[in-house]
Amino acid sequence: MNRLLKSREILLVVIIAIMVASFSTRAPGFASPGNLANIFNDTSILIILALGQMTVILTKSIDLSVAANLAFTGMAVAMTNAAYPDLPLALLIVMAIGIGAFLGAINGYLVWALQIPPIVVTLGTLTIYRGMAFVLSGGGWVNAHQMTPSFLNIPRMPVLGLPILSWIAIVIVLGAWFVLTRLPFGRAAYASGGNPTAAVYAGIDIGWTRFLAFVLSGALAGLSSYLWVSRYAVAYVDIAAGFELDTVAACVIGGISIAGGIGSVAGAVLGALFLGVIKNALPVIGISPFAQMAISGIVIVLAVVFNARAEKKAGRIILRDRAAPEVTA
Amino acid sequence: MSDVATTKRVIPDRLGTKTSRMLASWEVLLFGVAVLIFIFNSFASPYFLNAWNLSDATFNFTEKAMIAFAMALLVIAGEIDLSVAAIIALASTAMGAAAQMGIGTPGLVAIGIGTGLLCGAFNGLLVAGLRLPSIVVTIGTMSLFRGISYIVLGDQAYGKYPESFAYFGQGYVAWVFSFEFVLFIGLATAFAILLHATNFGRQIYVIGNNEFAARFSGIPVERVKFILFLLTGLMAGVAAVCLTSRLGSTRPSIAQGWELEVVTMVVLGGVSILGGAGTIAGVVIAAFVMGLVTFGLGLLNVPGIVMSIFVGLLLIITIAVPIIARRIKEMNR
Repeated sequence: MNRLLKSREILLVVIIAIMVASFSTRAPGFASPGNLANIFNDTSILIILALGQMTVILTKSIDLSVAANLAFTGMAVAMTNAAYPDLPLALLIVMAIGIGAFLGAINGYLVWALQIPPIVVTLGTLTIYRGMAFVLSGGGWVNAHQMTPSFLNIPRMPVLGLPILSWIAIVIVLGAWFVLTRLPFGRAAYASGGNPTAAVYAGIDIGWTRFLAFVLSGALAGLSSYLWVSRYAVAYVDIAAGFELDTVAACVIGGISIAGGIGSVAGAVLGALFLGVIKNALPVIGISPFAQMAISGIVIVLAVVFNARAEKKAGRIILRDRAAPEVTA
Repeated sequence: MSDVATTKRVIPDRLGTKTSRMLASWEVLLFGVAVLIFIFNSFASPYFLNAWNLSDATFNFTEKAMIAFAMALLVIAGEIDLSVAAIIALASTAMGAAAQMGIGTPGLVAIGIGTGLLCGAFNGLLVAGLRLPSIVVTIGTMSLFRGISYIVLGDQAYGKYPESFAYFGQGYVAWVFSFEFVLFIGLATAFAILLHATNFGRQIYVIGNNEFAARFSGIPVERVKFILFLLTGLMAGVAAVCLTSRLGSTRPSIAQGWELEVVTMVVLGGVSILGGAGTIAGVVIAAFVMGLVTFGLGLLNVPGIVMSIFVGLLLIITIAVPIIARRIKEMNR
């Protein structure tokens, strides 16, 4: 079983390679380095968001408000840029991360202090944040001509052959790997999802860990909001609608257990890339973009089935089911 | 007083007395809220107190409430179905396609309800049959069901429904009482009997309180859960018939975001999101509260997306208030 879990990432790499190879038989040039770099760049935002989502899921929670957070923060940043073109970009990015982290902290506080189930909290804040984006903008749009050139162009600037957007994603991936595998917070996140009761006895503050995970997820959503708005050169209320499901899908495909405690950064990244390859391949092989939703649905269901098979514990006890519900402290 | 509330999951030793009183007070409280909103609305807008306007207001919640009844049972049993709105989209698309082929009203209703049952069975098979977590499964099937609608319809819409089909969403049984409202009352009664007066209903509570114990007591946990998903699919199918008939057209984005409103209605009605507690009466009152709030805000020209802020706040506050109240009570002890 251990070997199976370890090979999960390798399996995904193989599947993605087979997909790319078979798509390139239909569309020559699909597997060219330039196009692959393009796909990676296109998937960068999903990768960043999936890593935040992964951290939350590791602690046995879920954050359905990431896309709404992105919409609100993106609107706030774009409107600030349109109103005060002289503000330096660095300040705007700090502001985006700050607002995102604050919205994430609200989620985290409700989960931590009031112990409301995360799915209920984030279902609620999902509508609240998107509604606030409407209140903030009055339903209006911020268009490309209102944004400053540096705001729009910096993520596109190529450095060593890759746009800065891709480099940001790479830095975040390395950062997430460092935080989750090398820092106490990472261990705490795995522990409080894997076995909450044992984590408490080990002196881990589960509530605080979950709070931090939500703040991290919110901060990454904030960063992504700037990247999203500058990439698509427009901000309106409905940007990234439903994108929270893509982040969950990327995690589930990447082998992150929805029950918490299991998963790797590589898995989340590969899960996101898997979706990115499919999304980019559909128009190339002549399938309607409307099919994308159904395909990701099928992939999520299959991935859940597959995960359940992989997680099944050896030597189960009577009645083939997990024991009585554990008490989260 | 606080002896029942020290753990997250309340497992009452004895049914009745304290627990039932606590639950009763939630419904009474909610009823009070409904009355307050009613009074507030009638002062806020001169158009509120009008039998026909009030009758129109019921359309705001009847379809969602039908699903909420089944969802309440599912949540009490410790599961959830986030794909209900997507089931409506798929059922509506199936009916639309059939209507284009010239199938009559009885056939359309059968197709709509049949699609709902099929989707419910699919969810049930995955959750009860393969024992997968219902949250992720139904997030997946939500994307799958609505995705099929998008494949079929794309950016198109179905609009040619037979005239007699309009009755389900637009017809009136007597005076201001619409077909939907009468159906809502009938289903509320049926679900109340199912949950509160049958063995099946008791089994739902047992599973929600302690699935492990339920298994030892010989309750067919998987079968009950499968039936509940089937029931939720069925109600989504019925809601799809009503909604499609009321709108007279089908787009793949139909009923978008309803899963949230249905879950809010269930939780607002006092059903514990952790399973094991809740009543149909609570859900019925919650339906009225949400209907009155949206209708009142609508009369005050508040845009729909701003209303959704209220729905989100309502969801979080109604869950937070009892928890905070319990904290304060414990502090005073």
